[in-house]
Amino acid sequence: MTALELNAHTGPERSRAHWLLADCWNITRRSLTHYQRQPLAIVWQLGFPIVSVLLYGYVFGSAMKVPGGGDYREFLMPGMFATTMTMGFMSTAMAVVTDAGKGVIDRFRSMPMAPSAVAVGRGAADLVVACAELTILALTALAIGWRAGGGPLEAAGAFGLLLLLRFSLIWVGVWLGLMVPTPESAGGLYAVAFPVTMISSALVAPSLMPGWLGTAAAWNPVSSTVTAARELFGNPVASGGTWVEEHALLMALVWPLVITLVFLPLAVRRFQRLSR
Amino acid sequence: MSASGYAVLAEGVVKRYGGRKGAAEKRALDGFDLAVRPGTVHGLLGPNGAGKTTAVRVLATLLRYDAGRVEVAGLDVAREPRGVRGRIGLTGQYAAVDEVLTGRQNLEMFGRLFHLGRAGARRRAGELLERFDLVEAAGKGVTEYSGGMRRRLDLAASMILAPAVLFLDEPTTGLDPRGRGEVWDAVRALVAGGTTVLLTTQYLDEADRLASHITVIDRGRAIADDSPDGLKDRVGGDRIEVVAAEAADLPAVAKAVGRVAGGGLVVTDDTGRRVHTQVSDRVAALTEVARALQDEGIAVEDIGLRRPSLDDVFLRLTGHGTDLEVAA
Ligand SMILES: Nc1ncnc2c1ncn2[C@@H]1O[C@H](COP(=O)(O)OP(=O)(O)O)[C@@H](O)[C@H]1O
Ligand SMILES: [Mg+2]
Repeated sequence: MTALELNAHTGPERSRAHWLLADCWNITRRSLTHYQRQPLAIVWQLGFPIVSVLLYGYVFGSAMKVPGGGDYREFLMPGMFATTMTMGFMSTAMAVVTDAGKGVIDRFRSMPMAPSAVAVGRGAADLVVACAELTILALTALAIGWRAGGGPLEAAGAFGLLLLLRFSLIWVGVWLGLMVPTPESAGGLYAVAFPVTMISSALVAPSLMPGWLGTAAAWNPVSSTVTAARELFGNPVASGGTWVEEHALLMALVWPLVITLVFLPLAVRRFQRLSR
Repeated sequence: MSASGYAVLAEGVVKRYGGRKGAAEKRALDGFDLAVRPGTVHGLLGPNGAGKTTAVRVLATLLRYDAGRVEVAGLDVAREPRGVRGRIGLTGQYAAVDEVLTGRQNLEMFGRLFHLGRAGARRRAGELLERFDLVEAAGKGVTEYSGGMRRRLDLAASMILAPAVLFLDEPTTGLDPRGRGEVWDAVRALVAGGTTVLLTTQYLDEADRLASHITVIDRGRAIADDSPDGLKDRVGGDRIEVVAAEAADLPAVAKAVGRVAGGGLVVTDDTGRRVHTQVSDRVAALTEVARALQDEGIAVEDIGLRRPSLDDVFLRLTGHGTDLEVAA
């Protein structure tokens, strides 16, 4: 081996803001390259929602009634969209805990890049994936007869709210990813995530659940997004008439905001605690 | 390089863990001092749990410290962490590369994050792949790499900026002899290029081979600071060891061994058949003793050379062995 010249490489002079954006984009690009290198991973990630739509739509669908009438599959689809968005925080958490365990995050922190890019870039990649998931889900839903009868603007608004929910959960994922010690233990989070999506209006109207469970389900942030999406898509809503269900559109904005306000600082604090 | 003239300077550094919520306080660094001259390889030698990783993480801006002063590449670590980050490279105790990406993708990604720009990152990745002998594996995923290759990729990633100071935390732990050799070659090449290297290790022979200066760390404190030769002199250098076949031959064996003794004592240990002494020229001593024993027709059970181990160093310097708690 020959000697390596010193300080031969410095980058072009640019502003701080330029490098912040560049750092974020490079982290995003890295996460997306992962999918390109592991096509099977993306097949699983996108295939799972399709299978769920078909399973819930046809296995449950034949037995389910929607209070106030309406087709169950029409009712179900916004629920499946929101469930997929909600479970997405698991992949954020997994990616973060894997990086932390491998020392990749430490390497990033020892570099002159913007520290915030580690999380922001990751989140941006997650949103790109979320868009792909929603597209696939919507196409599957259309194929089995689901229709968004509310008009294109309203449909866009519904998808926007779904992405907003996913956005707020990025910070939950980053925070959890920095909390749990190993990817294996992060897998245990499914045991929490699963009930959170089930005890909501995603699959069953809260008014059909026992009193306290129905209340919990109605107040679940996932439910607000689901109900708001149903309204905007023009699908059966099956509102139980409670305040939170009647103000679903508002709450579908408020909940993600609250989640972000709580978990973004928590994630930042956790990140800073790495240097304690 | 700095006002102090050192590439790395640590004075009285204290790093405490715990001590909150009733947990017992633990001083991972307890008044740690270190001075590394520019352009040298400096070994930080210590057993598991001595505080090596903590020291490296403090120096590399990853960990805040509670007291003391730390300067790296002429900058105060606490006051200008970002400036320090632009002048250092770090290879942690575990290879910190992206397992999913290929070797080339890893280096290009880190290069872009080091702000080399797209073209600059690509060019630098090409150079480093060549330098670290990874051209053939460049397009393969890191999961397919051997331990040595992974380490080399890790080293390459920490060399992207051709940093003024490079920290290597136990770069060969867990590698087979071939992997170790590969990493050693890479480190030597780096230093030939002018980089200052601080290398932590649990192996005296590794520090001996690579470093021009060694600091021995024990319980968060530097307990010795010397050249490898100076350290070995204090510990007692290489030894020749002969085990006699018959206890009766012992005096004759001791006499033969005595001929090569480099001024030190000839020690007969309590088994009653083993004789050893310190030597300066290992191979010559071995040849001479073997010939002398053969000439006199003395049968031996075993004859060999022994390098002092980290255990020997600790026994001599601290009076206790390396049997500290086993820690990360
Ligand atoms: N995050 C931590 N919390 C509490 N104690 C720690 C932590 N990291 C290291 N230690 C303790 O500090 C001491 C030094 O650890 P370390 O620097 O990892 O040693 P080495 O790298 O030499 O094996 C050990 O006793 C270890 O248990
Ligand atoms: Mg260590």
